[in-house]
Parts: sequence; structure tokens; C-alpha cells
Amino acid sequence: MFKKKYTKIFFISLIATVFFLIESAHCRTNYDYIDINNPFIRKIPIAVPLFKSMSYNNKGEKFLSQEASNLLSKSLEFTGYFKIIDRDAYLADPEKSGIIAPNINFKNWTGIGAELLITGGLFLKDDIVEMELRLYDSFKGLLIVGKRYKGVVNNQRKMIHRFCGEVIYKLTGSRGIFNSKIAFVSTSSGNKNIYLCEFDGHNPEQLTYDKSITLSPAWSSDAKWIAYTSYSKGKPDLYIKHLKDKHGAVVARKGLNITPAWVPGKFSLAAALSFSGNSEIYLLTGTGKIIKKLTNNWGIDVSPTFSPDGGKMAFVSNRSGSPQIYIMDLDSGQVKRLTFHGRYNTCPSWSPKSDKIAYAGMENGEINIYTIEVEGENSALQLTHNAGNNESPTWSPDGSLIVFSSTREGHSGIYVMTAYGTDQRRLLALPGEQTDPGWSP
Amino acid sequence: MKKKLWVCLSLLLVIPGLLVVSSCAKKTVKVDLPAQTQEDEAAKLAAEKAKQEEIAQQNLARQQETAKQHALAEKRRQEEAEDRNIIAARNFFMNENIYFDFDKSDLKPEAQEVLKRKAEWLRNNPGESIIVEGHCDERGTNDYNLALGDRRAQSAKNFLIDLGIAESRLTRISYGEERPADPQHNKEAWTKNRRDQFVVE
Repeated sequence: MFKKKYTKIFFISLIATVFFLIESAHCRTNYDYIDINNPFIRKIPIAVPLFKSMSYNNKGEKFLSQEASNLLSKSLEFTGYFKIIDRDAYLADPEKSGIIAPNINFKNWTGIGAELLITGGLFLKDDIVEMELRLYDSFKGLLIVGKRYKGVVNNQRKMIHRFCGEVIYKLTGSRGIFNSKIAFVSTSSGNKNIYLCEFDGHNPEQLTYDKSITLSPAWSSDAKWIAYTSYSKGKPDLYIKHLKDKHGAVVARKGLNITPAWVPGKFSLAAALSFSGNSEIYLLTGTGKIIKKLTNNWGIDVSPTFSPDGGKMAFVSNRSGSPQIYIMDLDSGQVKRLTFHGRYNTCPSWSPKSDKIAYAGMENGEINIYTIEVEGENSALQLTHNAGNNESPTWSPDGSLIVFSSTREGHSGIYVMTAYGTDQRRLLALPGEQTDPGWSP
Repeated sequence: MKKKLWVCLSLLLVIPGLLVVSSCAKKTVKVDLPAQTQEDEAAKLAAEKAKQEEIAQQNLARQQETAKQHALAEKRRQEEAEDRNIIAARNFFMNENIYFDFDKSDLKPEAQEVLKRKAEWLRNNPGESIIVEGHCDERGTNDYNLALGDRRAQSAKNFLIDLGIAESRLTRISYGEERPADPQHNKEAWTKNRRDQFVVE
């Protein structure tokens, strides 16, 4: 109990970070580092040298320094924006020279092509770690952001990720993904259950313990609630669960109760229910009561996803004879077809930051991930190629990355890529099959 | 003493004498022997006849008994066979799936024939309720396949309702692609997996 309180106090001191050093006037207009319209064409070369150990000859501190600087460069690399320059190529050692501007010869960094430089200093006493971290524009020799963090050693990951958030915020104007989580379905327990992990696949933990089938986790926009489908009572029912308190509601109508999607900023969600005999999309309260029937069509209507402002909803319908993605204007109720290419387009996911929708399309028996602009010419961009079946795309909260499931290595696993399809990699190495990823806000 | 001896002696003489007398008496009974013998023979014959009749009757009874037992056994066999037929019919009902084309939920003619048999069984077993399970092959995406499986189950359900089966006896559950009949990843498996399965509750 005491330890918990202790941790909390220090975590608070972490949050109340000392915003130190004067930020250059340049900082306010520095979104030009990363072109957010197409940020992955050219990765920004960045150097992240080992953090300087601030005490003399403290072995624990040296080890922690290494761990923290490695985590920082790995976490930044995860975003897909950066090219991390190999430490073997460095001409200078900040451990010896220094970590603040007057002691840095930026030519040593521009000389190896590093446009950005992050220096860090780390001080460890007992189990309290103090870090000061700085991001420099090495060509201009300017400090972009500098922060100091203090907390228990166990919170080091959080501190590093908080700084990553600052870096991304300065470079893109968005807070990024470092505080986000991913929910997914895994068969590791022998049955399909929902698991949670951090944005980079770390610390996977089991959330549900059903002995049946559990599917399609969806986060509320405050990240406090998860809705999902479970067969724990023998049929596909919808569960709405508070993550901390575990209380919630069940929608267990006749037939299907599936594919939940939360309305942005509201305690309300849409889901496909088939108690009428046909699968239609309904708007529900967070307690599972029907507010309104949104679709009314003889065909299958399933898989809703909302535009960032909640004014429009994309969904899948086979009203034209094959499954295609449609967009409904929620005020007028007007529906227009979005996808025309191919005969099988499902799993739409509306980017939380733009008018783009990611979806899974099948052609020649292979399912791939595509993105398509909601307005305009509607020509789709194929993001996965010749790599098994790729399904269930979901955007990162900043719209920069897409997480999806793929059978490229045989069994289905969770993979992540940039919004433009670059840097595709596996997120988790759990036993069994993983599907249905859902990225938290 | 002498007197006692005499009594014993006289007894010794008298008893055999009496014995002789009695044997003589027997001889006198046997005087009209021929008539007696005839009657005797007749009685004997009658007894024999009765005995034979009795045996015959016993045999008959025995035969009847076995016949009865045979009949019972036969009945039991028939009943068992009937039970077997009922179970077989039930199993047949449970095991006979209907199949669909890819991304389709409409009933093919073969499926309709199968469903007519299902309806007949349901009419013969009015106490039974069933679950219609809709399944898909692994191609396509989970969410859409759940909806497709639901529609496949609904197609069969509607057809059975049209054949006069009460809706209250029919429940539908979609499993999408979650419960393949054949876990392999090839055309034969997919054909087997795009199905409705029928489970007696």
C-alpha cells in the first residue's frame, strides 16, 4: 500500500515535469520537420546517443542509461518517421563531451547526416531515476524541446514514452501513440479471448476469460470502455465493459449482436443486430439500449465505423449483391457507395484524423488492406501485397499507423505499418493465433 | 414259566397259520380274473391316453409359450429397431447439412430437398426444437462472415417456417468462420464449411 502511494507521488512529480530551458521561438512553427501529408517518403535521420550517466562510475545508472536510450530510439523508430543512425557511425560521444548545446559540436552530427539529435542525462539514486532529455535540430544548432523527468525506476518506460510524445508533438503537432494500447483477440488460452498490450506490443495481458468465442474489441473514445462480442451464453451477444470496474451491460437479443463501434466523444455506440431477422446497424446507448435503427435494407448491414466528428458512418452492406463499403450521413440518412473496385470490400475503419478509410478487400482469393479517400476520386491505395490474408485494419489514434491481422507467416498474427503501407512488421510473438486488433484513443 | 413257553410256541404256530389263511383268501379273490383284466386294460389305456394327451397339451403349451416368447422377442426387436430408426432418423437429421455457394445465402435445389426432409422429421417429432447453425468458409473477413452465417441460418429457418414448422421451434446461431467442419485450407474444405448445421435441442 505504502509502495503504491510512493509510486503515485513520484508519478505525479513525473507528470508535473519541469518545463525547463527556454524553447526557441522556432518551436512554434516547426511542423515542417515532418510532412504529415506524406511523412514516410523520406525518414528523418536522427541520432540518439547513449544517455550520459551523471554520477561517477555508477553501474546501475550506466545500465539504466543504456536501456533508456535504446528504448527511446526503438520507440521513435516505431512511428516510422525516423531513420535511427547507427551508434557505430557517431563521431562524438556526449558521454564525454556533454549533453547541452554549448558543449555539443553539431558538425559532428550533421557530418553523419543526423538532422535531429537527442541527448539525455540520467541520474539514479536508490530507485529514483531522474532524466533530462533534449531534442536538437542539429543543422540549426537549436533546441526544439527539453524536458526533465523524475520517478521510480519502474516508471522509466512511461517517462521515455512521455518524451517521445513531446518529440512527436513538436514535429507533427499530434501527441502520437505512446500512451495508447491495442486490444486484440488471441487463442493463446485455448479459446478466443481478448488481450491488451501497449502500442508497441509490450506487456500483453488477458482481459477476458471466456471458454467460448470472443471477438471484435472496440474502444470508447475515452478509452475507459471496451465493447466486444462473446458466445459465453451460447450465441453472439454484445458486452459493454468498463475496463477498470468491470461493470457494464450486455446486449443479448435474438440473432447477431456484433461489430460494435463507439461514437467519437460520446457514451454511445453502433452495432449490427439481427433480431429483426436481418442484420441492421443500430445506434445504442452505452448501457445497451437502442436509440435508433440506422440502416434499413434487405441486405446484410454490418461493421460500422464513425468519422472523427461523428457526423458520418461508414459500414459494409451487400445491398448491391456483394459486400461493399457505404457511407451514411447521419443527419440526412443519405447513403452513398464508397468502394467500386473488386467484389469483396469489408472491415472499414475511419481514420481518426482524416477523411480516409482503411479496409480489407479481396481479389483473386487474397485479402489485402487498402485505404481510400472519402471524398474525391475514390481511388484506393493498396497497402499490403502478396503476404497472406490481411484483415481488420485499425488506425493509431494519431492516424499515422495502421494495425491489422495477417496470415503472412502461416498463423494469423498482429502486424503494424505506416498509413502508407511502409515498415510492415509483426507486433507480438504470442502462441496461438491473433486477430481483430483495436487501437485505443 | 412253562406256561409262558407254551404261549410263545402257540403264537409261533398261529401266526404262520394266519398267514396261510390270508394267502388262501387272496386266491379266492382272483377267481373272476378275465373280466377284471379287461377293465384294467381299458383303464390303463385311458390313463395312457390321458397321459399322452397331457404330454401333448404340455408340448402345445410349451410350444405356445415359446411362440409367445418368440413373438415378444420379435416385438422387442421391432421396438428396438424402431428406436434405432428413431435415433437413426434423429442422427440423420443432425448430420445432414445444407451447403451454400461462396458469399451466398440462397437455398440451392438440393438444400431445399434436404429441408423438406427436415420439415417432415420436425412434423413427426412435434416435441422437438432445433438450432439452425450458419457457418462460412475461412475466406472473407470475420465480421462479414458472421453476418453471412446468420443469413444462411435465416434462409433455412424461413424455408422451414414456410413448410409449416412453428417459428418458436427454430433458433438460429451464426458462427461465421469460427467453427469449420474441415479445418483444412483448400477448396474441398471450403465447400464443406459453407453450410447450415441442424442441432436438436
